[in-house]
Amino acid sequence: MLELDQVTKSFGTQTVLYPTSLVVTEGTTTVLIGPSGCGKSTLLRMMIGLILPDAGTIRFQGEAFTAANQLALRHRIGYVIQDGGLFPHLSAFDNVALLARHLGRQPSWVKTRVEELAELVRLPQSALSRFPAQLSGGQRQRVGIMRALVLDPPLILLDEPMGALDPLVRYDLQNDLRDIFRTLKKSVVLVTHDMGEAGFFGDEVILLGSGRIVQRGTLNDLLKHPADEFVTRFIQAQRWVQSDDVNTSKGRHKGHSGEHSTLQHDKHVTSKPN
Amino acid sequence: MRPTRTSLCLIIAVLMASTSQAETKKPLVRVGSKAFTESVVLGEVLEHLIADAGGRPEHRAELGGTQVCWKALLSGDIDCYVEYTGTIQQEILSGESVRGDESMREALAKRGVTMSRHLGFNNTYALGMPEELAAKLNIRTISELAASPELPQLKMRFSDEFIERDDGWNGLRREYRLPEIAARGIDHSLAYRGLQSGSHQITDVFTTDAEIRLYNIRVLEDDRGYFPLYQAVLLSRADLQDRAPQVVQSLHRIEGLIDNAAMIDMNARAKLDRVDESRVAADFLKDKLNLSITLPGQGRSARLMQATHRLLDNLLQHLMLVSVSLIAAIIVAVPLGIISYYKPRLGRLVLNSVGIVQTLPAMAVLVFTIPILGLGAWPAIFALFLYSLLPIVRNTYTGLSDIPQHLRDSAMVLGLSPLARLRLVELPLASTSIMGGIKTAAVINVGTATIGALVGAGGFGQPILTGIRLDDFSLILQGAVPAAALAVVVQAAFGYAERWIIPAGLRVVAS
Repeated sequence: MLELDQVTKSFGTQTVLYPTSLVVTEGTTTVLIGPSGCGKSTLLRMMIGLILPDAGTIRFQGEAFTAANQLALRHRIGYVIQDGGLFPHLSAFDNVALLARHLGRQPSWVKTRVEELAELVRLPQSALSRFPAQLSGGQRQRVGIMRALVLDPPLILLDEPMGALDPLVRYDLQNDLRDIFRTLKKSVVLVTHDMGEAGFFGDEVILLGSGRIVQRGTLNDLLKHPADEFVTRFIQAQRWVQSDDVNTSKGRHKGHSGEHSTLQHDKHVTSKPN
Repeated sequence: MRPTRTSLCLIIAVLMASTSQAETKKPLVRVGSKAFTESVVLGEVLEHLIADAGGRPEHRAELGGTQVCWKALLSGDIDCYVEYTGTIQQEILSGESVRGDESMREALAKRGVTMSRHLGFNNTYALGMPEELAAKLNIRTISELAASPELPQLKMRFSDEFIERDDGWNGLRREYRLPEIAARGIDHSLAYRGLQSGSHQITDVFTTDAEIRLYNIRVLEDDRGYFPLYQAVLLSRADLQDRAPQVVQSLHRIEGLIDNAAMIDMNARAKLDRVDESRVAADFLKDKLNLSITLPGQGRSARLMQATHRLLDNLLQHLMLVSVSLIAAIIVAVPLGIISYYKPRLGRLVLNSVGIVQTLPAMAVLVFTIPILGLGAWPAIFALFLYSLLPIVRNTYTGLSDIPQHLRDSAMVLGLSPLARLRLVELPLASTSIMGGIKTAAVINVGTATIGALVGAGGFGQPILTGIRLDDFSLILQGAVPAAALAVVVQAAFGYAERWIIPAGLRVVAS
């Protein structure tokens, strides 16, 4: 689906990304995790051509980004940022419809598509006519996801999408999002600094530190066999993650069982006070 | 009176009637005058002389100074006006060492301008003192003043300009060995009142000031010939001779016709007695040349009609100046703001340039544009256009620059082309700021458009200019009040228009 081969990036004299390679396999969710400034957002922004690598290549469905095809490639990639990144001057409906209309889709097609997406992300139809400032944080994020899905792209990139949400809203949205991505068989890359969220979503978790991939694997691999002191410290920093969770989450990464994941998710929350 | 369709038609009909077929056969001769009463009265004298010779006169009255009149004469926007020899030497032929009338006449002829012989009066600086006191002390000349034993008891106060000018007080004091005085200036018109009230006994006057007659002031003779001569002369385009020889002949009847006393008298009638300048000029010509001139009716209702028409005319002219310049500025400034945003280096240049343009004095802009755009609305529109650029360019640039990065990214990652991003996202998001800039420009324009009167563009500046000239406060208000009211109306109209232009989503408050 998406291949990054030995990409690097420096801003001025500061190297934010040393040669890094990774592959996003079709239909799986890859989580990029790490502390602030580790290069995870840079990596994500490279995947949609917002940042061009100094060296190395990026291929999306076999095509490299060029000036000529970058708009077309972006139409095949959905991108969601914190708080949805909605345009304040457009209603929720118009935010979702903007790209489809611009590309000349029929109004009837656009209307059907937006309504069907609202149902998918469980956004009340009445919210469609409201402006972003009139929506709740969770609703804004759902509209942001609708906007990313409007052309049904095979790949979805999410940059800390739940960062601004309160825990209860986040909990519901996490559940809904994972269900949506699985139902639609999307390839997903998610950036977060929340280990629990990484484990909940990720088939593969990639931990970055200071511009390098430190360790990659399932959450279980990271928890059980931390590659070095940095990984251990990063895991410990997530206070509520206990070894109990590690045991129950074992089975989840082998098969995509909804039961297991829900169980695991509940465990995370209930085990918090420990 | 509202500018209804009927009243507009009426005005157009009147205008068309006044330039009917028969009239157009007469040669059109345009007169200019500066924004002070003497110049306007002389313009009216010229107008009557032209009409008397079968010409069709048009008076572009109250132009904004020597440079405006001179440039307009060169460009053919006016055919003639009265100028002063001292001014010609100092301001028109400055840099050329012309000495005497003949070399001045030659230098002007090279520029296609004919200079007449002296009209008779010399409007220059002089010292004045109350007639009674002067008679008592037996002082007729400045030398006698300097030699008078009473001199230490006489208090002198002069206008700021007179104190500062090279050919003013300092030179005069040296020439006549007059004592030093405290170099504190006084307003010219206050100086006269001070003479009357006795707070001082000597002041500077212009030799044709109306107040000389009003306050009964003796003008002391400049017996050593210190003050430069400001002899009035008629300047006319040389080609007028070919176009309307009989008019030129008629105009030359003014040579030697007006002495200082006559000019003081006409100034006093116009400025102090508030007689219409056209009437003052007509009466003078009747008296001197026995010309019978019929003036348009001055009945009460006619005058009321005139006043209403004038208000309406001023309003229409003012609106025209503001709207044309504003629309042009929007068309140019919004794209400039967009370019500034996309090309920061070019943007700095653009923003600096429009900033510098803002600092240009209006008078300089007007004078520079007259040779290209002529007199009337266009130079004023051009100046207003220039002054409208900065707020609109700057607000467009700021509005675009202030768009948060995450919204810019959101538009990018959707895969919108740069043009689509601009049209669908960036301009709508910047619209509040852009509209703010346009509103600022419009309101400033309504105020600034009063400068239009300086180049004969009309508008509410016209009554203000005439009011200042005649010291008529009510006339000043007739321009200033409607202009201020118009600014308020424009402000409100934009507030209303914003509802249609700024997207609703930017105006909602989070619930």
